[in-house]
Amino acid sequence: MKARIKFRKYGVMKFIGHLDVMRYFQKVMRRGEIPIAFTGGYSPHMIMSFAQPLGVGVTSDGEYFDIELTESITSKRAVTQMNKVMAEGIEVVSFVEIPEDKKQSGMTITAAADYRVTLSESAKSAETIRRIPSLWKEKAANFLSQEKITVVKATKRSEKEVDIKPMIYDMQVGEKEIYLFLAAGSENNLKPDLVMSAFLDFMGKDKDKNPMHFHRMDVYAKNPKVPADSKEAHVRGKGLVTLESLGREII
Amino acid sequence: MRKLALNDEILLKIEKPARYIGGEVNSVMKDSEKVDIRFAMCFPDVYEIGMSHLGIQILYDMFNRWEDVWCERVYSPWVDLDKIMREEQIPLFALESQDPVKDFDFLGITLQYEMCYTNVLQVLELAGIPLMAKERKKQDPIVIGGGPCAYNPEPLADFFDLFYIGEGETVYRQLLDLYKENKNHNGTRQEFFERAAAVPGIYVPSFYDAAYHEDGTLASFAPNNTFAPETVKKQIAVDVTDTYYPRKPVVPFMKVTQDRVVLEIQRGCIRGCRFCQAGMLYRPTRERDVKMLKEYACQMLQNTGHEEISLSSLSSSDYSQLKELVTFLIDEFKGKGINISLPSLRIDAFSLDVMEKVQDVRKSSLTFAPEAGSQRMRNVINKGLTEDEILEGAGQAFEGGWNKVKLYFMLGLPTETEEDMRAIPELADKIARRYYEIPKDQRNGKCQITASTSFFIPKPFTPFQWARMYSNEEYISRAAIVKHAFHDQLNRKSLKYNWHDAEITVLEGVFARGDRRVGKVLLEAYRLGCIYDAWTEVFDYGKWLKAFENTGADMAFYNERERKADELFPWDFIDIGVTKEFLRREWERAMKGEVTPNCREQCSGCGAAKFGGGVCYEGKN
Repeated sequence: MKARIKFRKYGVMKFIGHLDVMRYFQKVMRRGEIPIAFTGGYSPHMIMSFAQPLGVGVTSDGEYFDIELTESITSKRAVTQMNKVMAEGIEVVSFVEIPEDKKQSGMTITAAADYRVTLSESAKSAETIRRIPSLWKEKAANFLSQEKITVVKATKRSEKEVDIKPMIYDMQVGEKEIYLFLAAGSENNLKPDLVMSAFLDFMGKDKDKNPMHFHRMDVYAKNPKVPADSKEAHVRGKGLVTLESLGREII
Repeated sequence: MRKLALNDEILLKIEKPARYIGGEVNSVMKDSEKVDIRFAMCFPDVYEIGMSHLGIQILYDMFNRWEDVWCERVYSPWVDLDKIMREEQIPLFALESQDPVKDFDFLGITLQYEMCYTNVLQVLELAGIPLMAKERKKQDPIVIGGGPCAYNPEPLADFFDLFYIGEGETVYRQLLDLYKENKNHNGTRQEFFERAAAVPGIYVPSFYDAAYHEDGTLASFAPNNTFAPETVKKQIAVDVTDTYYPRKPVVPFMKVTQDRVVLEIQRGCIRGCRFCQAGMLYRPTRERDVKMLKEYACQMLQNTGHEEISLSSLSSSDYSQLKELVTFLIDEFKGKGINISLPSLRIDAFSLDVMEKVQDVRKSSLTFAPEAGSQRMRNVINKGLTEDEILEGAGQAFEGGWNKVKLYFMLGLPTETEEDMRAIPELADKIARRYYEIPKDQRNGKCQITASTSFFIPKPFTPFQWARMYSNEEYISRAAIVKHAFHDQLNRKSLKYNWHDAEITVLEGVFARGDRRVGKVLLEAYRLGCIYDAWTEVFDYGKWLKAFENTGADMAFYNERERKADELFPWDFIDIGVTKEFLRREWERAMKGEVTPNCREQCSGCGAAKFGGGVCYEGKN
């Protein structure tokens, strides 16, 4: 039996990197007595896979990992048991059963993620939120209407020019926040800071003078019921649905 | 939500911000308004090292069980943050409350190795506490040192208000009660120190004066305050079962050196190796009850979620209930994906059998610590491990599928000759030969024997406290002799040799047996920019040499002379139970190559029996 766990990461936990969060949850499994399955062999390890790493400094309301269970446990009990042994800054939101099929793992199906970007008065604190300059809304429309949005993406080996426009599914500039809906996962992956740098460059603004905070809202998978060539393929809630929605509560 | 002492910009710029944010599972939060005493407990090294230290975990648990005390943790900021804190004048803070250490009642610093002494000064300075104890005022925390290096506190005497000599479980309650009383009466620092001096095990360095002979040796060491006793007596927890031990140790977010449950099965060691300070300091050997250990193992694993448990002691094989405990741990936890690690085990049939059950034979290596290459030398140091035993253990292990062996030795031991040095590679080669005696089709490829040497440093309260050390150059040439001899061995391709840094060795030597006057060198080295001296990437020997030059201190005086039988040592005012007469007797036996039996074979009358417990009374009730 497989289960998907959704959690929030907030406050000071944003300074804990992805690998440490993985280690942290391995210990949570033991402390919370979740009946997680182990691999065989001489040094067994927990069967646990994270959907999408989160950068240091970024907070989130929608982080996911999948686990294999040796026996069933109700969603309610699992959530309660885990939250009882949690550190401040991480909270388990849900625990749902997902299909056994390997192709349905969070890591495989992740296709998009959305973010809330806020400007900070100072890089010293993400809490000091600054209004978005009113001009930015108009600039964003111009930014998105470019034929191509070319950025230099640094990979492990080299740097290459990439057109990120097809990976931006949505961008909305509000009064206090900018909403980004971006491609994510193994196929195409676009980080929100790359989009914001490109946007600042486009406006001729200095990145260092515009400190900002990124908050991931949720992670999405393709909705199998919506064809890939459909107009709604990249629309939130239509062609792309949250990873959580693909599972069902264990009662 | 807790507010952090460091802002986002800093935390996102420095290495490993998880070192500084606190908030770990099982860390203790209290209301600072509702406690009487705030205690900052510091390990003066980086978080990953400090968090791995058992002693602090025990004391953290003990203090926080007391309702009137809130104990928080402090570690040395790594060099990147150190720089920022100085530039931006950010005061050093404790992890839990993130409040400045300067606002605490106590700053306790554990002294585990000499090479962390500059970090002690770093911690004081970053905290905004005057480095010199005599310059501290009423509002400054009381700075108290403890741990093994506190058994020769003299090099640090100027920087500490108090030292705690002995095991922390014993007199802290008494000390804190005196502190509270003094605070309520609006007493001065001096008044508190005078009352503290009467607490057994508490040493107030400012209450003692040292005088020196013309040749530089200590002439006298005596109290200058009527409240201070002439000798300070080591305090120990005689009963190590019914005492403080954490059921809920703090679980770090980041990977630390000791990322596991640590179960201390006994304190002390019956062996009496003559170079070993821990073996003398922690006498008498005291075992914890196996029932208690089983119970704690279960609870600690449950409360931390760690995937490994390690048994800790100076010599695990000597724990009388080892078999029962290990069998219990294997039965209980092996099926739950929990690793069991058993360091400091003697290699024999039992331990090999256990190791086969708990680790992957092909990946793991066997460790032997013969400490010396020749039997003559091993007799001198009283390391009761014979060549036959090593070859027998290695042979059994090889037949069980192991093919990696690690060997630890010391160079520069008293009476060492070139022959003794060459015996190191010869022993390594004999082990390799033993491996190749196994028919080719039954062995697992080539074997790999790794020998490492460190340079021997005489420590206070050991039979070798009279011994001389050598110069940096001499150490390097001894390592070279060993290195060349390795090339002459038949199985040289299966042998590997590593040696320890000589520069750090000579400094450690000075601070291990130094007197009050070497405090000046320390301060000067720190002023010149030395910190993190235990870290080779940061260590700067040039600055240290300059510090000796600037202060006119003579390294050779501390290191390169054999001390006379009747020399008064800076640490002689401390009574550890083991007598100086016993230590001298052991020194003389060493010079004759005579072996002394261990505590279970025969009592040698070291003096530790006066504590009224442990191995000295085994089977006597």
